[in-house]
Amino acid sequence: MHPILAKPRLLALYLGGWLPLGGLLAAAFVQQASIPWGEALVIGLPLSLIHASVSLASWYLCKALPLHRQQMVRLAVAHVGAAAASSALWLALGRLWAALLAPRPTFADSVAAIQLPSPVLFFAGMLVFLFAAAVHYLILAFEASRETERVGFELQVLARDAELRALRSQVDPHFLFNSLNSISALVTADPKQARQMCVLLSDLLRSSLRAGTEAMIPLADEMALVRQYLAIESLRFGDRLQSEIQIEPGIEMSPVPTLLLQPLVENSITHGISHLVEGGFVRLDAKRNGVALVLVVENSIDAETPRQAGSGTGLENVRKRLQLSFGGRAGFRTEESGERFRAEITLPLDASHGA
Amino acid sequence: MEPERIRAILVDDEELARTVLRELLAAHADVDIVCECANGFEAVKMVSELAPDLVFLDVQMPKLNGFEVLELLDRDVAVIFTTAYDTYALQAFEVHAVDYLLKPFGDDRLAAALVEARRRIQGREKLPVAALAAAARPHGALERILIRDGTRVHILPTGNVDYVEAQDDYILFHAGGKQHIKLDTLSSLETQLDPQRFVRIHRSYLLNIERLARVEPYAKDSRIAILHDGTKLPVSRSGYARLSALL
Repeated sequence: MHPILAKPRLLALYLGGWLPLGGLLAAAFVQQASIPWGEALVIGLPLSLIHASVSLASWYLCKALPLHRQQMVRLAVAHVGAAAASSALWLALGRLWAALLAPRPTFADSVAAIQLPSPVLFFAGMLVFLFAAAVHYLILAFEASRETERVGFELQVLARDAELRALRSQVDPHFLFNSLNSISALVTADPKQARQMCVLLSDLLRSSLRAGTEAMIPLADEMALVRQYLAIESLRFGDRLQSEIQIEPGIEMSPVPTLLLQPLVENSITHGISHLVEGGFVRLDAKRNGVALVLVVENSIDAETPRQAGSGTGLENVRKRLQLSFGGRAGFRTEESGERFRAEITLPLDASHGA
Repeated sequence: MEPERIRAILVDDEELARTVLRELLAAHADVDIVCECANGFEAVKMVSELAPDLVFLDVQMPKLNGFEVLELLDRDVAVIFTTAYDTYALQAFEVHAVDYLLKPFGDDRLAAALVEARRRIQGREKLPVAALAAAARPHGALERILIRDGTRVHILPTGNVDYVEAQDDYILFHAGGKQHIKLDTLSSLETQLDPQRFVRIHRSYLLNIERLARVEPYAKDSRIAILHDGTKLPVSRSGYARLSALL
């Protein structure tokens, strides 16, 4: 269906737009046939409204013959043909209207004076019809460009979602292999602890899968995940890993991006504790600072071990995720001093509309 | 005939990883575990003292990784790598490791590795493990220098080195007033260091240019480099050309 027919308001506006054209037609009658204005308008305005309706037909022709897929000659023949047919139809309907008016004594002279099926009116009707076709093509092109823009935007949103999902669900596979190896050792050495480790590992994996679907979780849940991760790593590293988690009371339910802290805590183990013969500490601290939530991960590092390639990937992921989710409203900075590495994330405390 | 006994050392920084390996090895009566080490330093020391036939070597360990341990060994030994990372497999192949076990592994895989280990050990195949390990070192400028002093190991970050001096078959590292000696050649070392930082100023001297204070003429066609700490080193004509090109 024609888009104008779907909306009564638009249709009224469209027909209203044709009234001046009717006035013009009436003016032509007054000039040419020297009939009074009143009678000229009564004949001319309906004629213009009839043309308005007939012109809508060109929409279907324009849709059937998209500009970029047709030869010019075919297009011209089709549209000129349609214009001639419509103009003829228009004049026929006009004549019918005139015939209806003619019996009234006041109109008899005027109708006779106008000579409705004139070649001039026929060509004028054709031109107006062709103009309508041009306008229709313009509307179609506009709609197509809007659609392209919408699809482009949708794709952008989808790509962003996919990227975020990928960033969220990153648990290092080597962590899994090492944990399974620990379980393999515990099975005979300490079956109870082996079972405990299986539970911890399952919980963590389940949460990391959940991270793919849930963008935000309460801070307390995120910290629970970190605690599970550290518990598993404690089994591997034993006394070498000392950990501590602190949350300021009152902010436990603040939403934070799911597994946002995971890469930082993972880094603290793989680039910190695992390089220290005597081990070290991992400290997490969450507190409120005005309208911001400040999350700090701090850990020991070995001053003598050169930074390995790849240690920046986790940090880059965190930075990217914050940027994608909060734009400029989140902050991230890291600092390294001798035997200590510190990462600090600042989030809006009311982060519920982040992703 | 009773099979020859195999004396093995386990090297892994994780207690649980050693536990599982110890348990799996219990099924192989011909393998004696003579020692367990929790880090690379201990491994270098114990291989030297105990002269085992076989070493089970973790790759990712603090301070010294498995490959660096190999580089420091002073005797030839069969090596089976154990790691959760498959990324080092190619490097392990280059140092002619007996096998490369990916954690977690089970009886079958370990048994297969031991078959090959027995074959190597009984065949008395001698492989220059340390040299192979040095050759297999990842490319890119060396960031630290590993030096053995008897059974002890020093790690010397290249940034701490003032200059290196050639002495017959050895090279002598001068770093903050201390000296460390290593069996190597200056030319071989030169290719491994960052060429923007270390310059061969003389046939016998490689200089960290950050330590250079000034260069003074000495005699006809020869110059002398004066370091920030006052040390004077000879500069050859070609050495001066290389130095000028860099400064």
